Amino acid sequence: MVEFAMNHTWLVPLLPALSFLIIIFFTRPWPRLSSTVSIAFMLSSFAVATLAAYGVFTDAQFKHEPLVYAIRWFGMEGLNIDVGVLLGPSSAMMIFMVTLVASLIQIYSTGYMKGDPGYSVFFSYLSLFAASMLGLIISSNLLQLFVFWELVGLCSYLLIGFYTHKNSAREAAKKAFITTRIGDFGMLLGMLAIQIIFGTLNLYELGQIMPNFEDYTTAGMMTLIAVLLFIGPIGKSGQFPLHVWLPDAMEGPTPVSALIHAATMVVAGVYLVGRTMFLFVEVESAMYLIAVVGAFTAFFAATIAVTQREIKRILAYSTVSQLGYMMLALGVGSLTASFFHLWTHAFFKALMFLGAGSVLHALHHKADVWDMGGLIKKMPITGWTFVIGGLAIAGIPPFAGFWSKDEILLATFNEGHYLLFTLGAVTAFLTAFYIWRMIFLTFFGEEKPDNHPHESPLSMTIPLIVLAVMATVGGLIGTPMNPHWQEWIFFGESHHIVPNIPIMLVSIALAAAGIGLAYVLYIKDRNKANVKDLAIRFKPVYTLLYNKYYMDEMYLWFNHKVVDGSARMTHLFDIYVVDGIVNGLGAVTKGTGGILRYTQNGKIQSYALVFFLAVLVITILLAFNDTTSMALVLGGVSK
Amino acid sequence: MPFDISLLTVEIILAALGLAILVMGLIIPSNTKRGLGPITVIGLIAALASAIATWNVQGSLFEGMFLVDQYATFFKITCLSAAVLVTFGCMKYVDQMKAQGEYYSILVFSVLGMSVMASAGDFITLFIGLELMTIAFIILVALNKRSAKSAEAGIKYVILASISSAALLYGLSLVYGMSGTIMIYDVARMVVGGSVSPLFVFGLVLLVAGLGFKISTVPFHMWSPDVYEGAPTPVTAFLAVGSKAASFAILLRLFMGGFIGVAETWVLLVAILAAMSMVIGNLLAIPQTNIKRMLAYSSIAQAGYILVGLVAATEAGVKGVMFYSFLYVFATMGAFVVVTAVYDKVKSDEIADYAGLAQRAPLLAVVLTISMLSMAGIPPLAGFAGKLYLFKAIIADYFWLALLGLIMSMISVYYYLRVCLVMYRDEPIDNTPIKTSGNVTVVLVVAMIATIILGIYPGPLSEVTNTAASTFFLH
Repeated sequence: MVEFAMNHTWLVPLLPALSFLIIIFFTRPWPRLSSTVSIAFMLSSFAVATLAAYGVFTDAQFKHEPLVYAIRWFGMEGLNIDVGVLLGPSSAMMIFMVTLVASLIQIYSTGYMKGDPGYSVFFSYLSLFAASMLGLIISSNLLQLFVFWELVGLCSYLLIGFYTHKNSAREAAKKAFITTRIGDFGMLLGMLAIQIIFGTLNLYELGQIMPNFEDYTTAGMMTLIAVLLFIGPIGKSGQFPLHVWLPDAMEGPTPVSALIHAATMVVAGVYLVGRTMFLFVEVESAMYLIAVVGAFTAFFAATIAVTQREIKRILAYSTVSQLGYMMLALGVGSLTASFFHLWTHAFFKALMFLGAGSVLHALHHKADVWDMGGLIKKMPITGWTFVIGGLAIAGIPPFAGFWSKDEILLATFNEGHYLLFTLGAVTAFLTAFYIWRMIFLTFFGEEKPDNHPHESPLSMTIPLIVLAVMATVGGLIGTPMNPHWQEWIFFGESHHIVPNIPIMLVSIALAAAGIGLAYVLYIKDRNKANVKDLAIRFKPVYTLLYNKYYMDEMYLWFNHKVVDGSARMTHLFDIYVVDGIVNGLGAVTKGTGGILRYTQNGKIQSYALVFFLAVLVITILLAFNDTTSMALVLGGVSK
Repeated sequence: MPFDISLLTVEIILAALGLAILVMGLIIPSNTKRGLGPITVIGLIAALASAIATWNVQGSLFEGMFLVDQYATFFKITCLSAAVLVTFGCMKYVDQMKAQGEYYSILVFSVLGMSVMASAGDFITLFIGLELMTIAFIILVALNKRSAKSAEAGIKYVILASISSAALLYGLSLVYGMSGTIMIYDVARMVVGGSVSPLFVFGLVLLVAGLGFKISTVPFHMWSPDVYEGAPTPVTAFLAVGSKAASFAILLRLFMGGFIGVAETWVLLVAILAAMSMVIGNLLAIPQTNIKRMLAYSSIAQAGYILVGLVAATEAGVKGVMFYSFLYVFATMGAFVVVTAVYDKVKSDEIADYAGLAQRAPLLAVVLTISMLSMAGIPPLAGFAGKLYLFKAIIADYFWLALLGLIMSMISVYYYLRVCLVMYRDEPIDNTPIKTSGNVTVVLVVAMIATIILGIYPGPLSEVTNTAASTFFLH
């Protein structure tokens, strides 16, 4: 069984892709049947993924050599593209995590989307989304990966804009698609350069070639490739400055947000950088760029999250911030820490998004946290699982997030990036604060009289419970006492980081301080005047943060003034120069066409004339080089 | 060498089928003649199956006049696939012409001609095959007796085809006179390098003209828009695919098999003809308002792309031609079967009458769109893979031609998408849905799936064409 799963890992993306086709072409009119098909295929995919992952993690040979098998997609001299499976510890971990989270989200959706007119279509898109992400994970070739990368982008567009009747949803879908496209373009250029310089896009082969690549003349080119390739993840993983689409992506139905923010899409960028780590470690400046972008994004997004009011928007900025952590870890060279955080984050973030969905479901889509309060009494399962998620993301031991975040901070510290470490530590404090601000306002404090919350159905609460369990114990596989994770998932050599007790204590203290401050401000002293004045006293800062540093406005301004302005200038150029040339060409073409059409007059005589004239002209031209042959042809056969 | 009659299986099946249908068409009552279509399809499928079954068979008959190799078999499979699709997809059209016996038997004879052409090892066999096919097509083009346009097209085709045959025959005789042999591969042994006799060059030019007429390359293309427009649509479809594929088979066999030693005399000429076909075909397709005429110009441009494979004059070029010819079957058949189906209801071939087709018949609109996008070379459709192989074969030596091909492909997107725009954006004048019969649906779905699959996963066909191309130079 395990053997079969490992040799047929392509079934993992194929099964959900098939369920997409089945739903779209056959079962669409029957919603219940469609969701059953979708979940059944997703669970089978989960089973295959689990078996394959089991096979990888029980055989020590895979620590260093991944299992690779591929078929030729198309080939010709100088360009051979394979499609296949690259199954190593990282991809095994990823397919297990993605299939698990996607299955839970699909089960949850049966409750959340109940009665929606687009129920079947929704499930087909969810399946396609999962299939694209899974295909991306197991790709053995960069081009193959890019195809799935684009499919992920397409699915996010379809799902974010799922409520097509809402203008904001349509706008958000377009924004997500266009913003990530900017990144994709950079990535495509990077891939082309790789193909040109290294002659292959096969990930395994590239991993073998790159460390031994001695041609120093291409050092500048390597930097260019690394930066271009990194633009893709900046777009996809919502890093500064292309993060603007991610918070808007919550316009989609909540299960979609959970899927985008936790398991698919956004982690694709982190995964790509991890997969092509062999390239980035060759270019020190690129690594530093990644680290700085990551750390800055983490801090920047956390500050925005502090002031937001909508529950999903807070979570969205928290995702941006957590992705920054993952990038930071990659930038300081710790694939281990980055993927560890990716793993734990998937569970607690899916948990919190689905929990938020459950709250919205109960409150009929009232989204402002200030309108909520005391929900934990009426919604105990949602509430307590959410609290677990909050403890995990804040970094309270022994919950999952603590271990992975600690690993990142430790790696940053050990690499000597003290400034980035400080940013990371401050972000840890902010994270604990804004998440617990949200939890206190939503689930504790006074109940609001006009809310009539009720606990969600089992189909929604069971996934929450499973995710809460994972968010609690998911980090225990990588603790200093039990460093299994560090033994398996690494780049280069596995280095077991010695636990640094002071750093651990600092991060616990910061998390506790964040939660404590939130408690004081939003529960204990909530009604005291000086607390209420806080926002007023710091109004400029508050406004700046609440408006997300006016990033969207800046982009708009840039668009209106710079792009439109230069467009107006180029418009003139367009009218007089380009149009002139084009119209000129058009006139020539038309003129030629006119003349040619004149020859096409329907008369056989002229057709035959053209035929023989052509023969004559060609013969003369061919014979022109050679005077004798010309004489022969023109003058008949007379020597 | 023992005479192995099994090498002729495909031809024997076709000849028997053609004769049987001809006789049946004469003796059975006219109200049962509808049954001839399915019989033809079954017979053609049998021939196709035997061609596929004998894929690995190699051999020759009549001292090398009739060659059986994978190259020949591949083109037989291509032409037979086209014949099956066009017969199965256009039965209703033929029933309305009320000439089933003649149509089906002559169609089968034309396939026989193509099959002989693919296997021709010398000038005589080549010419017999070519004439069998051409004469069959002359009858088919003029078959719609009630249509003046069809008759006009027939007259034009008969006169111009005879001119081209005359040129071809003259060319063959000159080449024979200069080389002293009629066996194609023996010519290669006689003319290797050195200075070439001017009369031999003149012969080559006449051969290019004669075969250029068949594949409708500029400047020997003048007949094709008029004939394509006037002929019954199924005939146009088969003329555009089968006749072209078989003529390309001959063209490659002659020039790359026989005249490869003097390639420098004709490569540039072929390159220029390819370039002219791309440019003129695409530019003249733009102003067309009749879809059959537009597809005729588009097929001139397609001939230009395929000629690129001959310019390469390498195994990679042969492979590109084979690959493109095969995918071209599905794209063209898809498009023309849609045209037939629409004509059946709308009684018009004007592009303007395709308005709102997406609402009236979504399948027809989708298939036409995919077929045309494949012709334009948009990934992930088959045409993209085909162009990739063709242009890759020449990009090192004829960069300008590859670049021109890409630019012209871009221009072609314009007139293809214009049709899509009419189909999807414009409101239909008449809202009644266009129903397609079961067999048409099958053909359309097959064509569409083949176009998509060959584009997404070209690997297997690429391997097949690679091996077939490698047998080409073995003789």
